[in-house]
Amino acid sequence: MAEPAKQAAEQREPILQVRNLVKHFPLTQGLVLKRQVGAVKAVDGISFDLYKGETLGIVGESGCGKSTVARLLMTLETATAGEVFYKGQDITKLSGRALKAVRRNIQMVFQDPYTSLNPRMTVGDIIGEPFEIHPEVAPKGDRRKRVQELLDVVGLNPEYINRYPHQFSGGQRQRIGIARGLALNPEIIICDEPVSALDVSVQAQVINLMGKLQDEFDLSYVFIAHDLSIVRHISDRVGVMYLGKMAEIGTDEEIYEHPTHPYTQALLSAVPVPDPEVREGRERIILTGDVPSPANPPSGCRFRTRCWKAQDKCAEELPLLAVPEVFKGKETAAAHESACHFAEERQIVPAA
Amino acid sequence: MPQQHHEHRPDPHRPDPHRPDPHRPDPHRPVLLDVRDLQVEFRTRDGVAKAVNGVSYSVDAGETLAVLGESGSGKSVTAQAVMGIVDSPPGFVTGGQVFFRGQDLLTMAPETRRRLRGAKLAMIFQDALSALNPVLSVGTQLSEMFMVHEDMTRKDSRAKAVELMERVRIPAAKDRVNDYPHQFSGGMRQRIMIAMALALEPDLIIADEPTTALDVTVQAQVMDLLAELRREYDMGLILITHDLGVVADVADKIAVMYAGRIVETAPVRELYAAPAHPYTRGLLDSIPRLDRKGEQLYAIKGLPPNLTAIPPGCPFNPRCPRAQDICRTDRPPLFPVAPGRTSACHFWKETLDEGQR
Repeated sequence: MAEPAKQAAEQREPILQVRNLVKHFPLTQGLVLKRQVGAVKAVDGISFDLYKGETLGIVGESGCGKSTVARLLMTLETATAGEVFYKGQDITKLSGRALKAVRRNIQMVFQDPYTSLNPRMTVGDIIGEPFEIHPEVAPKGDRRKRVQELLDVVGLNPEYINRYPHQFSGGQRQRIGIARGLALNPEIIICDEPVSALDVSVQAQVINLMGKLQDEFDLSYVFIAHDLSIVRHISDRVGVMYLGKMAEIGTDEEIYEHPTHPYTQALLSAVPVPDPEVREGRERIILTGDVPSPANPPSGCRFRTRCWKAQDKCAEELPLLAVPEVFKGKETAAAHESACHFAEERQIVPAA
Repeated sequence: MPQQHHEHRPDPHRPDPHRPDPHRPDPHRPVLLDVRDLQVEFRTRDGVAKAVNGVSYSVDAGETLAVLGESGSGKSVTAQAVMGIVDSPPGFVTGGQVFFRGQDLLTMAPETRRRLRGAKLAMIFQDALSALNPVLSVGTQLSEMFMVHEDMTRKDSRAKAVELMERVRIPAAKDRVNDYPHQFSGGMRQRIMIAMALALEPDLIIADEPTTALDVTVQAQVMDLLAELRREYDMGLILITHDLGVVADVADKIAVMYAGRIVETAPVRELYAAPAHPYTRGLLDSIPRLDRKGEQLYAIKGLPPNLTAIPPGCPFNPRCPRAQDICRTDRPPLFPVAPGRTSACHFWKETLDEGQR
C-alpha cells in the first residue's frame, strides 16, 4: 500500500517546501539594557515537503516545537532562519500585499474551540470575518449566504448563524472553527491538535468531517497532534519531532510498522493499546528522565540523553535526517529518512 | 443498582453490616470500599443537574477498578463524593451510602471523616500544577501531612518527605526538597502528587485522570510507578479516566459510566473482547484501527445529554443504534450478564451476541 502512495506523492509537485526552518526565542536579562543571554531553540532546522491533497501528520511530545512549526507556516511568527516555499515562493520573506495573498491559501484550525472563538461574536460574524480582510472572495451582499453554505458543509444547521459560541458543544464549536478555516477556499489547512480537547465519541465525528472535506475540496493538511493512533488514521505521511528536530519521517506504514529511530520506537511502545490481548505480547520501552530544556539542548543527537543506544559518537556528531546507510538502496520499508547513527528496525507492536 | 437497594440504613458503628452480596469472598471481612446507590445533584440557576444517579461499585484491597466515561458522565463527581470534597453548595449528596471497611462515610461525624481522609483514603488529581500550592516548597507540602496527621516534628517530617520523593523516583530528592512546584516538569509534579497521596500509606487511592495532562512517554512512566506502588502496598486503586488505552493496561475491572449511571461493569478482558452495552461498543469502535485505515471512523451520533434534562427511559436511547420503544419508556436496570458482569441495556444479549469485535 505504501509504494503506490509514495510514487503518487513523488509525481505530484510539493505545494509547500520547508527548508532548514529555525525559530529561536531570545532569552534576555536586565530591564533597561536587555542583553541576550541565550535562546530557546524551539525549532532548530526542520525540512519537509507537503504534497497537494495529502495529509502530513506531525507528532511529538509537548515542547518539541510542533506548534511553533504551525505558527511559522502561518507566518504568525517570523522565522529566525530557513525558508518556506509555497508554490516556489519563499513566504518567510514576504510582507504586505503579497503576504496577504499567500495567507488566504494557508489557513489554520486551532486546538481549543473554547478559546479560539470570540465569545462576543455570533457564529455568522466569526465565519464571515475572513471576508472582511479578503473581500474579493465573497462580495458583501453574498456573505451571509456563503456563511450558511459553510455551516451546511461542516454539518451544522444554517439557521444557527445568529447564535453565539457558548450555545454550542465542544464538537460543534470545532466545526465552527473548521468552517472559518474553509471560508477563503484555502489550499492548505494547518490543524494544531484539532481534536485533543474533544471527547472520544465526538473526536470520531470531527475526524470523519475533516476526511470528507479533504476529498471534497482537495485540501492539503498539516495535522499536528500527540495522539498517535489518530495521526495514523488520517495521515499519508508522518514526521516525528523531538526537541526542535525532525527525528524520522516517512509514510504511515514506514513510521508505524518499521520505525528505525529509537525515539519513535519508544514513543510507539509507550502508547497504551486499548486491547488487553495485544498488550500481553508486546515489548515496552520505558524511557527514563524528561525531555531536556530546549534552551540548553544536548550536543550531537538531541535524544542521546534518554537513549539506550547512545555512544560517544552521538554526543559529538549530529545525525542528519537521511536514509540510514544500512538501508540505502534496499527495497525495504525501513529505508526512509531517520536521524540516528545507529538506526535499526525493532519489532514494535504498533498503536491502533 | 436497584435490586441491591436497602430500605433501612445499617448502623454505622457496627463494623460488619450483614448485607447479602454473592460476590463477597469472605462475609466477615467488609470490602475496602463499597459505594451503594450514590446520588449527587448540583442545584444551579439553570435547574438541578443530576450528576450521579444511583452509582454502586466496590473495590477491594489490591484491586484496580477503572471508571471510564466522557466528560459530564459523573465519574469525577462520584469520586469527590466518596472523598467528601464535593463543592457544596451547589453540590449535594442526596442519597446512597459509601462504606469504607464497613463504616458509612456519609453518616460519620465530620471530624472522624476528616481523620480518615488522607490517612486511609487519598486522592491524586489530574492537574498537578493547580493541585499543588505554588507558594510552598514541595518539601513543606509533603511534610505537612506528617505534622498534621502524625504529630511529627518539623525535622522528622522533612526527612520523611525526602524518603517519599525517593520512593516515587525523583532524582536528587535531597537537593530538590526545597524546590517549588513550578521548578518541576509535568511528570515530576505528578510524582509529587503521588508521593503526597502515598504519604500516610492509605488503603485506597483514587486517581482522577492522573496522566491525562502528560506526554505518552511520561504517562507510561507514571502509570508504571502507580501500578508498582499499588502492588507494594496492597492498596485498592480507583482509576478514573476517559482513555480506553490506559484502562486496558492497568485495570482489573471496569465500570463504564454514562449520564451519571453505570451502564456496564465487567472484567477488563471480557469488556474489550465483547462489550454488552451499545455505548461501550460505540466507544471501542470509534478508536482508529489499523485494518480500517482510510475508511470512516465509527462515530456515536449526537451528544451526551444535558444533565438537567436526562431523557426518560435509557439515557443513551437518543444516540443508540439499537433503541426500541421500550428504551424510551423503561429505564433498564443493571442486568446480570455473566459472573462479575452487568449491563444496563434491555438488549444486552443481542449486543453481546453481535459477536467478538
